[in-house]
Parts: sequence; structure tokens; C-alpha cells
Amino acid sequence: MEKRTDKNSYTILFATAMVVIVGSLLAFLASSLEPKINENKRIEKQQNILYAMGVNENEGKNSVAFVKPDKVAEEFNKYIKKQLVITNGLDTVVDNEAYLIDVKKEQAKAKLGEVRRLPLFIGVKDGKKYYVAPIRGKGLWDAVWAYVAMDENMIIQGAYFDHKAETAGLGANIKERFFMDDFIGEHLLNDKGVFKGVTISKSNADPINKIKDDNEVDAIAGATITGDGVSAMIKSDLKLYQPYFENLKTN
Amino acid sequence: MALFKDSNLISDPLADNNPITIQVLGICSALAITAQLKASIVMAISVVFVMGVGNVVVSMIRNIIPSKIRIIVQLTVVAALVIIVDQVLKAFSYQLSKELGAFIGLIITNCIIMGRFEAFALANGLWRSFLDGVGNAFGYGIILIIVGFFRELLGSGTLMGYAVLGDPIEKTGLYAYGYENNGFMLLAPMALIVVGLIIWVQRARNTDLIED
Repeated sequence: MEKRTDKNSYTILFATAMVVIVGSLLAFLASSLEPKINENKRIEKQQNILYAMGVNENEGKNSVAFVKPDKVAEEFNKYIKKQLVITNGLDTVVDNEAYLIDVKKEQAKAKLGEVRRLPLFIGVKDGKKYYVAPIRGKGLWDAVWAYVAMDENMIIQGAYFDHKAETAGLGANIKERFFMDDFIGEHLLNDKGVFKGVTISKSNADPINKIKDDNEVDAIAGATITGDGVSAMIKSDLKLYQPYFENLKTN
Repeated sequence: MALFKDSNLISDPLADNNPITIQVLGICSALAITAQLKASIVMAISVVFVMGVGNVVVSMIRNIIPSKIRIIVQLTVVAALVIIVDQVLKAFSYQLSKELGAFIGLIITNCIIMGRFEAFALANGLWRSFLDGVGNAFGYGIILIIVGFFRELLGSGTLMGYAVLGDPIEKTGLYAYGYENNGFMLLAPMALIVVGLIIWVQRARNTDLIED
């Protein structure tokens, strides 16, 4: 005898009901949690920017610890003195919500030939000025991005790297201290003042990274494509800030 | 031996009917995430949750699922559970969800989950299905943790991120005697070789498991 659940009509009815129930459950969940998730993302951006300029709660030489979420707003106002939006290389506008600019969307705009807005955060810590820029590129599996803090001469003062889905233990190590700290002191320009970026190199004979003006840091074994992605985003995105820094010197 | 009725549903998958070493399921995620011990443990816990709850849900609706589309229904159950876990973590434990990131999505691809839904939850009651789900997830988790332990120890010289063998760059600890990390251990194929070694050891100790 044919079972009730084998009928075509029942199957279609069940499938329809399932889609409606599961769909509305997930939609309800997503929309009710969305404000909270967005708030978390906003806090994370502020934490990342502060981390790059050395405002963090790191303990020892391996930990990566941000300012606590409940303190971040206060610290952000304290350390970040100015937020700029740069367009066409030189035109700057002060915008206190520049940190909310979505780098991914701006990159897409540039591809369509529209004007790309470049956010730049100017922070002061212990009397020293930091220029923090957000950059974004592609790793092996998905997006990689970073916040890079520089001084007036485009020498890196700190960096925070992150990724969406790089391989654990390999590419994902770009967010480990040993990799991020290698960038501190690295020059983005060569000795003639031409922008070179920082290349993640497998062949530089400098694993402890003593030479800071070679525009190279040591690569992570087994993470070639992630490393190439990081090199590429530094070259393409930070280069866009060079006119601003040149202008800074001549004025 | 039995601690309570049906306790074999938990204990069997731990050894003699292990989903990875005996049934050879879930290999793809086992090799993707075992380069670090911490990632292995996190994945193991996530799978325990999804399989425990998933098996119960499938068992609950087992009598009303149309058999023609049962695989799709099971897939929907796993996918919905995984999305719920992902969203809730993002809202309430953002840092943790960042660390889990890719793994949460990987749970969907785990064939052990679909395998247990199909082979067990569709034919058994709630409590037995729950035990079976949790048991199989533990069996999967144990192998993951063993593989993760050896891969991280031999590949990076660390465990849970702590340098247990000394510092390879400053040449302290074991490295002072010329020991080197084996970078091969971090690459995916080595997970298969480690799993192979576990299978070898297990079948050598218990010859009943050897198939003709």
C-alpha cells in the first residue's frame, strides 16, 4: 500500500511549508539580530584602527587584544584627532564618520570610473602622530584587509591584518603578532622616495627582519597566495595615499 | 558494561565504529582544519552541537518527511541550524564568531551529519537519535583532536598557540639541538597520512575490524 507521505501532492505541500517556515524563521532571526551585529562590526572597526596605532591591550609577545568594547568609544575619541576623506589624491574633507566608509564599495566605485573616497584617520599617541589607512584585497579563499598606521614619511608604525576565510594555521596566520609586528618600521618608499610598498617575500634572507628599508618582510610558509594578496593590496591601496603625504611635506 | 540503556550509542562511535577511521566519513573537514589543535577542538564542539540537535529535529519529523525529498529536508535542517549558530554567535559573541569564521560554514559539508540523519535519526526515537548524534560527533571530534595535536606539534612546534618546543628563530629549547619543524605537517595531505596511521594502529590492535 502506498504511504500517505509518498504522494506527490503531499511532497509538494511539505516542501512548500518547509520553505516558508524555515525561511521566515531565519529571516526573523536575521532581522532581529541585525542591529546588534552591525554595532559589533562598528566597534570592531574602531578597535582595529586603535590597534594599528598601538592602542591595545596586548600582553606578552603573542597576544592580540583589542581595547574592551565598552571602552572603545571613549578611547577612540581620545586618540583619533581627525578623520579625513581624501578624493582625487589631494582634496581632503573632515568627516567624523569616515571610519564607517566601506572600502569594498569604494573599490567597486573606482572600477566603475567614479571617484573613490579614501578614509584616513589621524591619531596622536604620546605626542606622536599616526596616519591610519584601511586597505582591502584578496587572499586565497576570500577577502583580506588591514589597517596600517604610518608616520609622515610613510614608514609603517603598526598594522592590523584580518581575513575572512584564510586557511587556519597557514594564511590565517597573517593576524598573528609575529607577522603583523614584522611590518613595524618597514618603509613603504624606497630611498629615492618612490612608492614600493612592502612585499611578502619568500626569498629575502632576513627572517628576523632586521633590515627595515628593503621593502620586504618574510613570508609565512604554506601561505604563498595569501601573502601575495597582502603584498598586492599594500601596493595598490596605500599607493593612493602617497600624494597626500607628499603634499604634507611640501606644505 | 553498559552504564545505562543505549549507552553503546555513545561509546561505539568512539572506537569500534568511529565515523572517520572505520566508516571513513568526514575526511574533507578533517584535513581542512586540523593544522591547529585549537581549531580542531572548536570544530569538534560545534559538530557535537549541530549533530545532537540536528538528529533530534530529524527524528522529530521523521514520520512526516516525504521519502522522495528526505535528503533535501535533512540538508535544510543542517543549513538552518548552522545559520542560526552563526548569527547568534555574531550577535552575542563577536570575537568567538570571528575565530570560528570559516569552520561554521564547513559544518554543512560534513558528510557524517547527513550520514547519521539518513542512517539513524530517520528510523529512531528522539533520545536514541540524540545519543547517536552526540556519540558520532564525539568520535569525529576525538580523531580531529588527535590529528590536530600531532600536526600542530610537529608542524609548528606549538600547542594551542603556545610554543612548547622552544623558539625556532632564537634557537631555544629543542631547537638548540638542531631540531626543525616539519612544514609538511601543516599541509592538508599530511592529515590523511596521520588519519591513515591512526587507522593502522587501531586495526592492528583490534583485528576484528579488518575487512576481507
